[in-house]
Amino acid sequence: MTVPQIIFLFVSAVTLGAAILVVSARNVLHSAVLLALSFFGVAILYVLLDAPYLAAAQVLVYIGAISILIVFAIMLSRKVAAPDLVQRNEQWLVALVVAVLLFGVLAYTVLQAGWPVAREALSVDAVGGLGQAFMGEFALPFEVVSLVLLVALVGAIIIARER
Amino acid sequence: MFCIGLYGALSRRNAIGILMGVELILNAVNINLVAFWRYLTPDKLTGLAFAIFVMAIAAAEAAVGLALIIAIYRTRDTVTVEEIDLLKF
Repeated sequence: MTVPQIIFLFVSAVTLGAAILVVSARNVLHSAVLLALSFFGVAILYVLLDAPYLAAAQVLVYIGAISILIVFAIMLSRKVAAPDLVQRNEQWLVALVVAVLLFGVLAYTVLQAGWPVAREALSVDAVGGLGQAFMGEFALPFEVVSLVLLVALVGAIIIARER
Repeated sequence: MFCIGLYGALSRRNAIGILMGVELILNAVNINLVAFWRYLTPDKLTGLAFAIFVMAIAAAEAAVGLALIIAIYRTRDTVTVEEIDLLKF
């Protein structure tokens, strides 16, 4: 068991444990903080997968923006006097069965297929190549995503505006 | 992680809890993309670019979703999805 494998197992355990607590916590604010922990675990997994730029983007975007937005939304939609109710609706058992079955199917498919694995990572730094790819091969999706972000943020402001 | 997020999205009562399940699903898909990129085609940058696009779209969708939840809370005074059951009014 090499050191990267041990690190991967530990980080995956933390991420999955936090994810399970996110979907089962009674207090939704606890869920939000555990979600941020889960995002951080995902960022470490990206570093282990030789994508440090994506790890930095994950920390900035997910933990720095989306988690904060979620905490804001929770704070803005709290009822002051209500206790923390049970957070499962009446379909939770069916949802659990479906999720477990889906996991079985996916795990079987992934483990059974023979993947042609290339061991070495890219020797050049991926960030420069990514920049060139965004300006060259992926220029259209890049511009479209920028437009989508603009429209989404303007829409979010309009929807959440005080009337 | 995908299945955990799916269970969360299907079984939580708070609308923000459902959104957190959806964010877990998107993160799981991103990990999948990057892992396949790293081990199967590390010479082409398609997987990494796709992962970044997914992340950007997820951020946009989270922003819009949370704005909707805040707007709904303002008019209906609840975020429990079982109580938000009228399409009009």
